[in-house]
Amino acid sequence: MTGALWGLFFEGLWITIQLMVYSAALAAAVAFGIGLSRTSRFWIVRFLSGVYVEFFRGTSALVLMFWLFFALPLLGWQLVGIWAGTLALGLSYGAYGSEIVRGAVQAVAPAQREAAVALSFTPWQRLTKVILPQAVPEMMPPFNNLLIELLKGTALASLLSIGELTFQAKLARLSTGQSAQIYGIILVLYFLVAFVLTRIMRVLERRAKASIGRAVPRGEGWFSRKLPVEQQGPEALATGGKP
Amino acid sequence: MNNWSWSYVGEIMPDILRGLWITVQATFYGSLVSFALGLVWALALRAPSRWVTWPVSIFVEFVRNTPLLVQLFFLFFVLPGWGLTFAPLTTGVIGLGLHYSTYTSEVYRAGIDGVPPGQWEAATALSLPRRRIWIAVILPQAFRRVVPALGNYVIAMFKDTPLLAGITVADMLFQANSISATTFDYLEPITVVGVLFVVISYPTSLLLRALERRLVR
Repeated sequence: MTGALWGLFFEGLWITIQLMVYSAALAAAVAFGIGLSRTSRFWIVRFLSGVYVEFFRGTSALVLMFWLFFALPLLGWQLVGIWAGTLALGLSYGAYGSEIVRGAVQAVAPAQREAAVALSFTPWQRLTKVILPQAVPEMMPPFNNLLIELLKGTALASLLSIGELTFQAKLARLSTGQSAQIYGIILVLYFLVAFVLTRIMRVLERRAKASIGRAVPRGEGWFSRKLPVEQQGPEALATGGKP
Repeated sequence: MNNWSWSYVGEIMPDILRGLWITVQATFYGSLVSFALGLVWALALRAPSRWVTWPVSIFVEFVRNTPLLVQLFFLFFVLPGWGLTFAPLTTGVIGLGLHYSTYTSEVYRAGIDGVPPGQWEAATALSLPRRRIWIAVILPQAFRRVVPALGNYVIAMFKDTPLLAGITVADMLFQANSISATTFDYLEPITVVGVLFVVISYPTSLLLRALERRLVR
């Protein structure tokens, strides 16, 4: 392994992280937008957001990415590779995230909402001062899972020849032929990023819970990322299990 | 701007459906591998010795937290160097099955934990041998609980099969790509493939929700 190869990998890692951050931002916006729409009073809003969720959860993120990259230009819109990747990942993981938002919002005790109404809060105040502060801490662990899935999803962008980590590994393999070493190293790099993300999310969860006076139980294993199998309701299960 | 052509859709359908058949095969065999391996991990993680549980948990976490696509490339390019040459589809099935086994192991774990402790105690009181406790008492009750969750992973796996196109498996996405490479018209093939995924996975998930209501009470 030479220095040049490591340079190639870190360049790729940087693009992977950028891709992840942009898609996570888009996914978060979609998740909150769609997730809150699904709890709307108006049936048409609930219905349309439901259609969005079922469509984007039902199709494959990679096919969506190919569609945005290859088919959309034929309809008159040409996207740069990284934006096609961001859009595909953000839209589909946002659909998964919206289920998390909806579940957490609906899990807030109804008395809280009633109390806010009784205090004549506006709907916006009700949402931002009562509902979300209690719902957001509950979203952190499933969001952590989703973020790791998103990180893994960024590897798909390599098939659009975006120069992220997996694509750089392909270049490195073509020039050196040392497949085992190269793919071994980038698997470890992905794992390290996932590990760091999980740690960061744990800190954020602890803070969010502390801000509403709840504690997070300590000592949940060395990786501290639990898959949501047991606490999944029927709705959460329908997401395809992958969070 | 070009227009949607139904006659073109009709022309490409046979190839896409051939791809669908490969996709279905990959999902089916991948599920079998993941169900079997997942159970192995779940049981190994309950072993009394740390020398078993630590390596297994590290391996499972590692596979679960790294991209499937890279794992597929690893299997596809590295295994032949070790003298193991498989057809691309077999490699894909191994990769899919291995990756998803790290999720199904978690499902089994939850299913086994969900068996009431009284069942363990009753089986011990009847002085059933350990093997028989697992096979005749615990696992049959655990399986009932895990079926819907496993089904959801099958759907997730189905939606991940296009990744196999990256290692030259002739699935739907691969077919759509090779059609487009000759006609230079990507719109219809890739749209048809995307819609087919929704058309298959959405009713399946509805079916699973119905099954879940029956099985998990």
